[in-house]
Amino acid sequence: MIYKISDNIISVLGFSSDENYRNMKEGKFGGSLHNPAEKNMPEPYFASILNSELIHDSFASISNSKTKYTRFEELAILSAAKALEEANIDAKSPEVIFVLSTTKGNVELLQDGQGFEKERVYLSRSAQLIGNYFQNPNEVLVASNACISGVSAQLLAFDLMQSKGYKYAVVIGAEVLSKFVISGFQSFKALSQNMCKPFDANRVGLNLGEAAATLIYKQENDNISVPKNTIVFKGGAIRNDANHISGPSRTGEGLYNAISKALQIKDHDKIGFINAHGTATPYNDDMESWAIDRSGLNNVPVNSLKGYLGHTLGAAGILETIISSHALVDNNILKTMGHETFGVVKPITINTENKYCDKTGFIKLISGFGGSNAAIWFEKI
Amino acid sequence: MKAYIKSAVRITDQDVLVDGKKIDIQKQEGETWLVNIYRSLGIQAPKFFKMDNLCKSGFLAAELAMKDCNQQTENLKKDWSVILINHASSLDNDRAYQKTIQDADNYFPSPAVFVYTLANIVTGEIAIRHKIMGESSFFVQDKFSHSTLKDLAESGFAPSKEINNMLCGWVEYENNHCDVMLFALSLEGEKNDDEWNESNINKYYQIEG
Repeated sequence: MIYKISDNIISVLGFSSDENYRNMKEGKFGGSLHNPAEKNMPEPYFASILNSELIHDSFASISNSKTKYTRFEELAILSAAKALEEANIDAKSPEVIFVLSTTKGNVELLQDGQGFEKERVYLSRSAQLIGNYFQNPNEVLVASNACISGVSAQLLAFDLMQSKGYKYAVVIGAEVLSKFVISGFQSFKALSQNMCKPFDANRVGLNLGEAAATLIYKQENDNISVPKNTIVFKGGAIRNDANHISGPSRTGEGLYNAISKALQIKDHDKIGFINAHGTATPYNDDMESWAIDRSGLNNVPVNSLKGYLGHTLGAAGILETIISSHALVDNNILKTMGHETFGVVKPITINTENKYCDKTGFIKLISGFGGSNAAIWFEKI
Repeated sequence: MKAYIKSAVRITDQDVLVDGKKIDIQKQEGETWLVNIYRSLGIQAPKFFKMDNLCKSGFLAAELAMKDCNQQTENLKKDWSVILINHASSLDNDRAYQKTIQDADNYFPSPAVFVYTLANIVTGEIAIRHKIMGESSFFVQDKFSHSTLKDLAESGFAPSKEINNMLCGWVEYENNHCDVMLFALSLEGEKNDDEWNESNINKYYQIEG
């Protein structure tokens, strides 16, 4: 039995999970249109960008380390430190495993090294420094699976807890936006210059966002000590489309397979909502509607959180698991910010207003470049 | 859990070894090492030439491993996974992409290059080629570790996953330097198969051509 003991989100909508969830429930969002001159780029972009000074000052207020950290590392450490403080566990113990989820880490150092050593651009270097900061004795592995990284990091942590007997797992997801990442998505013509519109007839593309998010899980032999205000891991799976590296299977083959593997049909009636990937690109949202339809989950409310904070890449799978868990415990299904007019190919139930949730579980879906798809489900006791 | 090594493919800058035996690679003037390997294998996959070097390295190793254990490329493989790990992630191609955006007056980002700035694309290329529809995962660590590789494969074979076969290994390409150790694994072993354990992983990683 693996259950969540604490969490944290750092984003434009706040520096704690509670603050982020509360702001989303009140209908606030973090994105805005950014002047391309900031990063010396040709086109403007709509994104949730964190204030660097705010991160640095918050980091300085908790850290007494002499090491100089990058913006990406400060963000990841800050989020993990806040979650660890709440969990009240000893991060120095060999019973604690750390896993880092990110797609590009410190890649912005390729543009400008900022005085850091050249090895600093390697993901494992950041992972090691984060582990060292908390004086954890285990190697910190990095899950780098494009957009599904945050869910694959959780599934790796659960596997290692089960096979190697770790008692606690600290799963950190972080992503900062650089010219590197933004220019790439622009070259794909994948970005919307307004707030994105998940599952909408007029959706034209995604928004990007910066965030760090941390989940801390505990493994127990029984469920006696599991508190009422948290979530328990029930099942999850990753499945590949074997179809295309930069586009999903039209009919949601891999995602459908992942859902079928994660969740048995007998458990369908426990699911109060589906937190979809819902990037608001034409292909992704249609594909998800196919997979949900093929799974027979047409009547389960579906939401996407991308309208609130954009696609936070390596942080997304962790951030959205946290927000969904807070909503589940609050008996609430968050509305799909940005959605106005239904517009996907298969009949699914998009949740358009905050709504009472009378069931005990949720399922999180996520898909990405490389043809990977993941589904993971949780229940409250 | 017991798994067995069905094939072990090692690619270095000098050699290609399958199950510890050196394969003859015809070297043509003016071609890169990876293209020479591709031509020597006699395969037809024009998409290979669009790939970055990390994907090319993984693609070639997977081709050799699947052929070595008699898997038909075109058969659907629902109970197969592909789980890879390395140190440099996609940095080799990241540096190439960076050159296209470094200067505002020489700015030409291309989706065909950007897509390979994701480390896990190599798992996707292998999954497409061999119709692998189980798990695909990519991880990053500081250096090759037989114990991590063993743990990743064992996790990938957890009974709840219903996976019976796997391509699992280390696929690294950076600065014209190739370092690949890919295994095809199965839960079903035969008499002469090596068991999946740390000393056998090391045995194949250390063999010289």
